Amino acid sequence: MDSHAAAPQGHEDAAHAHPGPGLYVKIGIVLFVLTGLEVAAYEIAHRPGALGAFLKPIVVPVLLLLSAFKFALVAMFYMHLKQDSKLLSGLFVFPLIIATVVIVSLIALFIYHYTYQRGML
Amino acid sequence: MSTSAVSHPGHVPAAAHAEKTGIWSWITTVDHKRIGVLYGASAFLFFLIGGLEALLLRIQLGSPENTFLSPELYNQLFTMHGTTMIFLGIMPLSAAFFNFFIPLMIGARDVAFPRLNAFSFWVFLLGGLFLNSSFLFGAAPNGGWFGYANLTSRQYSPGLNIDFWVIGLQILGVSSLAAAVNFFTTVVNMRAKGMKLMRMPMFVWMSFITQVLLLLAFPVITVALILLMFDRLFGTMFFTASLGGDPLLWQHLFWIFGHPEVYILILPAFGIVSEILPVFSRKPLFGYAAMVFSGVFIAFLGFGVWSHHMFATGMGPIADTVFALGTMLIAIPTGVKIFNWIGTLAGGSLQMKTPLYFCLGFIAMFIIGGLSGVMHASPPADLQQTDSYFIVAHFHYVMFGGSMFALVAGAYYWWPKMFGRMLSEGLGKVHFWLMLIGFNLTFFPMHFLGLHGMPRRVYTYPAGLGFETMNMIETVGSMILGFSFLVFIYNMIVTARRPADAPADPWNGATLEWSIPSPPQEFNFADEPEVHSRDPLWERKRAHGGPLPEPQRVSGAGIHLPNPSFWPIVTALGVASVFISIMMVHTIGPIGIAAAVLFFFFGVFKWAFEPAG
Amino acid sequence: MTDHAHALHPPTTTGLDNRKVAIWTFIGSECLFFASLISTYLVYKGRDTRGPTPDEILQIPLVTFGTALLLFSSLFVVLALNGAQSGNRKRLILWLGMTIVCGLFFVGMQVYEFQHFVHEGLKMQTNLFGASFYTLTGFHGTHVTIGVIWLITVFITALRGKLPPERALNLEIAALYWHFVDVVWIVIFPVVYLMK
Repeated sequence: MDSHAAAPQGHEDAAHAHPGPGLYVKIGIVLFVLTGLEVAAYEIAHRPGALGAFLKPIVVPVLLLLSAFKFALVAMFYMHLKQDSKLLSGLFVFPLIIATVVIVSLIALFIYHYTYQRGML
Repeated sequence: MSTSAVSHPGHVPAAAHAEKTGIWSWITTVDHKRIGVLYGASAFLFFLIGGLEALLLRIQLGSPENTFLSPELYNQLFTMHGTTMIFLGIMPLSAAFFNFFIPLMIGARDVAFPRLNAFSFWVFLLGGLFLNSSFLFGAAPNGGWFGYANLTSRQYSPGLNIDFWVIGLQILGVSSLAAAVNFFTTVVNMRAKGMKLMRMPMFVWMSFITQVLLLLAFPVITVALILLMFDRLFGTMFFTASLGGDPLLWQHLFWIFGHPEVYILILPAFGIVSEILPVFSRKPLFGYAAMVFSGVFIAFLGFGVWSHHMFATGMGPIADTVFALGTMLIAIPTGVKIFNWIGTLAGGSLQMKTPLYFCLGFIAMFIIGGLSGVMHASPPADLQQTDSYFIVAHFHYVMFGGSMFALVAGAYYWWPKMFGRMLSEGLGKVHFWLMLIGFNLTFFPMHFLGLHGMPRRVYTYPAGLGFETMNMIETVGSMILGFSFLVFIYNMIVTARRPADAPADPWNGATLEWSIPSPPQEFNFADEPEVHSRDPLWERKRAHGGPLPEPQRVSGAGIHLPNPSFWPIVTALGVASVFISIMMVHTIGPIGIAAAVLFFFFGVFKWAFEPAG
Repeated sequence: MTDHAHALHPPTTTGLDNRKVAIWTFIGSECLFFASLISTYLVYKGRDTRGPTPDEILQIPLVTFGTALLLFSSLFVVLALNGAQSGNRKRLILWLGMTIVCGLFFVGMQVYEFQHFVHEGLKMQTNLFGASFYTLTGFHGTHVTIGVIWLITVFITALRGKLPPERALNLEIAALYWHFVDVVWIVIFPVVYLMK
């Protein structure tokens, strides 16, 4: 990276191993399929039948996993984090960790507060 | 990395727009040093307003059942006092030093985005003026600086007061976020050759961590304010219990911001003290690495303790315990810093000058404030302390005894570099003693008042409860404290009349800002510096075998500087108009908001397509 | 590397352009903005004292289509950037135009969705679901709209021939913002529409 310190950004990218349009299209198709899977999981979980009964209790983690995977694909490939400086990944990942902590903490605090207030603990 | 002494085609050499005077040059300035002075002057004026508000409060509380202030006016004054001191006082005073000194200390010519820097200042000024304009409507914010729901709902606060608060803070938030992106990028990307992260001055490190806190905390209060604004303006029910909402959500969101905010207020102060102590002890900072990591740890952990402001809300024992443990834990890295400051002083050859006095005052006052803080960390103890004057004592010890003492120390320390004149030592010491005595007389008795049962946020108290004497002492103390600032102002005036002949390095400093003339030339460094150690200037003096020759002012021809620009202030006006139009949506309608948005975009496009400079 | 290019992109400590560091810093900050809105939505889920409820009113097929549009728009802008960086003006203009079209359709879908919901009796003031739904998706939609305006601006500079490879960073920055807006939707879509 430092050997390109003075190069304009366009030249810098050309000098790196650069995924071609083909890879981007493939990832686009994967993202589309994953979205389809998300919707399918949702539909099946809310249908009567054995598969629906199996899927219903785990549908939330399944959806979260699928969306996390899509998130990672867009971040790593479309946003170029896989090839770029690790500093940029850090700039994204660290706030994401704090964001996740905030979301999880608030949900936990409110559930706990709700159940504690109603003497359910 | 090459130097910038080479002439670049298509850019205006520094000599062509030599430092101009006149109001237009200040309105269009993109020079970080000028922007720093603008922040400092505005913040100091707002600080004086906040101080005046405090003195009025103290007059009211000086005797029981006083009628100097009505309850309504009291509520407005204590709300504005807190909001002003935090958002318009300490934060922009810190920003003044970020602006002036971060580029100098890292050996840069300016910040990463000079126009964005100017924009941040103008938005701050407009936000501060907007907040204070509420007084003209007799509707200054009156819900406390923390605006707890559902007191701040339209039902219980029907007037404009809270609207001013919500909108004013949103405007200020834009300023802080823009500045944080700017300074973060500057520190990451514009350091001089050889200045690795672990060679940066401590003020730069602590300020850098502060920017990270700003970036992560301000969005949360932005959302809280949006939710409250929607409740008040559009009839949503985010904080209305009868419709399923929960006022506690406000408290959580506010304090997820609010706790990192107090570290935003104190970390720059820590940084200033870590700069001054080594210089005035004539030895390096004790435990540099520990100071860096403790700062990082404090910031990180600061995101995990917010509900210690909510111990009395009935969160449940598990939640209480988790937050209590985190709060107690955070005392450890703080303690490390205090020991390292003492370790810096120990064995040093102390220059007993005004900056050092204020730093010694900082250490003592901050220890007291920290101790009371740790006492709040225990939920059962806090059940007595919370909402009492014991808390008021704590936060004034850390914010005034801590942040303000350090900021004043920084002012005395850096005044020669900024203005080419040394503030008077004699007057400085008078200022110090009056401030120390006045401060302690005002706030120390509050520990006892609180434990004896005087609640916070009350406009008066009955006679016969034993509160009278201490309140009277505090009121007298506050007058002495106020007077000490008159001494400071007098010092500034007297100093301004002297010739600007301060040397580049009056204190035998260790860091790069002392290597250039006082005040610096517009381009900062004639040649971009290269560093090989944490104390580059001491290293140079050692190599030179003694004090360095006084740096000469040079022409600066061929050094590229960004052009001044009018668009930051226009865009800032655009931002303010958008928020004000939202506040007035029921009068001017969506079309008013649309017009303001168009104005904002006009400023943005003019800025974006301005010829490069 | 010309002197002019050197002056426009002075050397930096990390070798990265300041604007690239800045946009990622801003994106990091925005994560907390959306995290707070998502938290509010989740905390209030199921606490309504009156309907309509998500079950009754959300239209999965329409929104799935919108989601696909946004995903493809991310692909298209990457292709456009590829065109910009390699000096392929046709590719740049075609795919940047397609990105903008997808973005406009997404916003259009949301506007239609909001109008439909209001017609069905769900306003911000109706219940907690209405309040938190409109706030969360509305702010996301506002971010999309700003992204569209930004991309249109870059598109116009490209049409004018002012986006050569040396200036591709301008598109890259806009594209990063656009991808972020897409990524936020990747989280919002299942959380709001697929989790009951």
